[in-house]
Amino acid sequence: MPDTPFPALRRRGFLAAAGAASLGGLALTGCGTGTDADAEAGGGSAPKRGGRLRAAFAGGGASETLDPHLANLFADVARAKALFDKLADYGADLSAQPRLASAWEPNAALDRWHVTLREADFHDGRPVTAEDVLYSYRRIADPDKAFRAKASLEPIDLAASRATGARSLEFVLKRPTAEFPNVLASFGAYIVPEGAGDFDRKPVGSGPFRFVSFAPGRSAVLRRNDAYWDGAPHLDELEFVVANEESARVNALLGGQVEYAHELNPTTARAHEDGGRISIVRLRNSAMQAFCMKTDRPPFDDARVRQAFFLIADRQELVDGALAGAGVIGNDLFGKGYEYYAGTLPQRTRDLDRARALLKEAGAEKLKVTLDTSAVAAGFTEAAAVFRDQAREAGVTVEIRMGSKDSYWSDILDSGTLCCYRSGAMPIEAHLSQRLLTDSTTNATGWRHADFDALYRQAQSTRDRAERGAVYERMQRRLHTEGGFLVWGFADWIVGTARSVRGVDAKAPANTLDWARFDKVWLA
Amino acid sequence: MSGVRRFVARRLLLGAAQTVAVVLLIFALTEALPGDAAVALAGDQPDPARIEAIRAALRLDRPAHERFADWALGLLHGDLGTSLTSGRPVARYLADGFGPTLVPAALTVALLVPAGFGLGILAARHEGRTADRLISSVTLAVYAVPEFALGVLLVTVLALRLGWLPPTAVGHGTDLLADPSVLVLPVLVLLSRPVCSLARLVRAGMIDALASPYVAQARRYGLSGARVRYAHALPAALAPAAQQLARTVDWLLSGVIVVEALFVIPGLGTVLLDAVAERDVPVVQGLAVVFGVLTVVLNLGADLVAHRLAPRAGVAA
Repeated sequence: MPDTPFPALRRRGFLAAAGAASLGGLALTGCGTGTDADAEAGGGSAPKRGGRLRAAFAGGGASETLDPHLANLFADVARAKALFDKLADYGADLSAQPRLASAWEPNAALDRWHVTLREADFHDGRPVTAEDVLYSYRRIADPDKAFRAKASLEPIDLAASRATGARSLEFVLKRPTAEFPNVLASFGAYIVPEGAGDFDRKPVGSGPFRFVSFAPGRSAVLRRNDAYWDGAPHLDELEFVVANEESARVNALLGGQVEYAHELNPTTARAHEDGGRISIVRLRNSAMQAFCMKTDRPPFDDARVRQAFFLIADRQELVDGALAGAGVIGNDLFGKGYEYYAGTLPQRTRDLDRARALLKEAGAEKLKVTLDTSAVAAGFTEAAAVFRDQAREAGVTVEIRMGSKDSYWSDILDSGTLCCYRSGAMPIEAHLSQRLLTDSTTNATGWRHADFDALYRQAQSTRDRAERGAVYERMQRRLHTEGGFLVWGFADWIVGTARSVRGVDAKAPANTLDWARFDKVWLA
Repeated sequence: MSGVRRFVARRLLLGAAQTVAVVLLIFALTEALPGDAAVALAGDQPDPARIEAIRAALRLDRPAHERFADWALGLLHGDLGTSLTSGRPVARYLADGFGPTLVPAALTVALLVPAGFGLGILAARHEGRTADRLISSVTLAVYAVPEFALGVLLVTVLALRLGWLPPTAVGHGTDLLADPSVLVLPVLVLLSRPVCSLARLVRAGMIDALASPYVAQARRYGLSGARVRYAHALPAALAPAAQQLARTVDWLLSGVIVVEALFVIPGLGTVLLDAVAERDVPVVQGLAVVFGVLTVVLNLGADLVAHRLAPRAGVAA
């Protein structure tokens, strides 16, 4: 299908992993685009009740399930958050916001947290209790299963944690964890009723919509939950439909068959931005785009080679070439616009002379490296080709190796030296703990430093937010100087809606609370 | 007729062997792909411990031949196994995907036969004249356009510009017949190339037959033009057409992935593509069995028709 620029977009590429991200307040300043829909959504008029909204997502085909703990793709998460709630969820800057938990309070050592639940009911009328929370977390952490959120809940000692009342619990942690609220908000950590196990037939949650029907890979129909604790949705009915081809989602939107189409291509967005038939919402700073250098093996075990590569990249050209301009440049750090982002570090720019000098110092003139890439995510192969040409100007030969898109992430974890990489939104703390500590499970840059680990532990034992921020800044400064992630950009996440749709948040993309939040959406 | 019976029995045996070979080959090829279901499920969280846990939970850590033997044993009892990814029975995947594939396929064949034969006969009757030239050049031109391009063109013009038809079948996957208008464009696209090849085949066969000595003989007997054309020349053209038709039906029932993707029809082609990407081996194998059996049966049927219509040709295929 040559007409599909990113055929791989279909599936696991979107592993929402961490989803897309957020504009986080600061990125908004000065970037005049993308606020059109926002302004319109704000529009002044009061939300109107009623109607049915159909939302098209790329999905997982006939294997899809409504089990919220198995959520993997954006479509899964969007359905899960309509039916279920988490104790907390991420705000636009990826800080944890209370949801089913109304309050949390740590002890002095930060290794015991007292969490209070708000008054909320499941769709069958039963109240959400501490026992439901413990059951849900224990189900996720089941050693015989491999639920995605298991790694995120790892800090909790679930055997020792207990309910202290119908709506209060004490979580006992294995070590001090100042960012424990992030754990409560983590990807897939939904609260299900005690004993729930079969989600194929009439799943019951506490979310804004109730279950009506589900056909895997085709459609899920949900209806307003009038008793929702956060205010009943405006819509009467919500239907998720699955359309894996981007062109099909666009056509369905243009033809009035759906009112919301998730994940459109930049070219589509440009074509329709002023077209008048549909509204385009650009969720800025959504997906980190990077090259991953393995710092534990030649040639990238020499910090000077990594620094030279930082200086080789022409970031704007990468954004224009690989993302069709739908994004902003990066500064070799994850989480632009998120809480604790080291935004004061100077923006790195291209400097070929300095790069050549560094390579010469490192004895790596005429360097040859292999860059692993794959059609697994939008812009990967394009980014590889652009970077190959940029590197040639610095005398570095980059050979591109195309990998299988179904096993790409696993293939690049330990093998090769340089690869294309991307990540959706997650708190900066989660990025550090999952990818940059000695015992991290997906340490794709091979970054293992005892002193860096110690800084992370220090941050997790620091109660004061500002002091903790200072530690994160030190860690980020080091990564900026000599880390393994060459973060060259942050891609927009693009959503299209019918002109009648209001209330689509333009700041908070995938996996943050306000992304795909259909309880706040209404039809004018 | 014992000759035919022996032929059918031989072909069925051969067909069974072919199906087994296809299933074995597909199993081997799926095994040879990089990564397995555990890796595909882990996606961009390739934590090695998690992949191992998934592998153990799916019992993928057993040797390949054991897994295959288990599945084959189940097959003998009519059990196609369960999906690795969702744990649902493979039979349900096939049942769910079959409807959305069958409905457009049946409609296509229902239109294909009269349209293909009609155009072919019309062209043959007017060989060398305007009607023939028009039909021949249009069928050649349409045949040269890939389905995807034609689909995009039709959607853009008929659905988005003129607004006559819905652009996709999105949301209608469970019941395509509830709103038949969603089927018009997919059927048009499915029809486009087979109708051209069939019409050209019928035309060529008819022209050959009309020029043959036995038709000349029939004419000498003074049979009417129509009777010569339809009772004597047409059957000779039908034999290759029947085989072409069988191949087309097979192609349609195996799920035409391009059309399914473009119009959001969750048929067997989509199921197969997803299953391969997910390394969901039992589903892939289940589909291989179904497609293998379909191919064998359809080709056998076509050979019998050809045999009956043009016995002199023997049963070549």
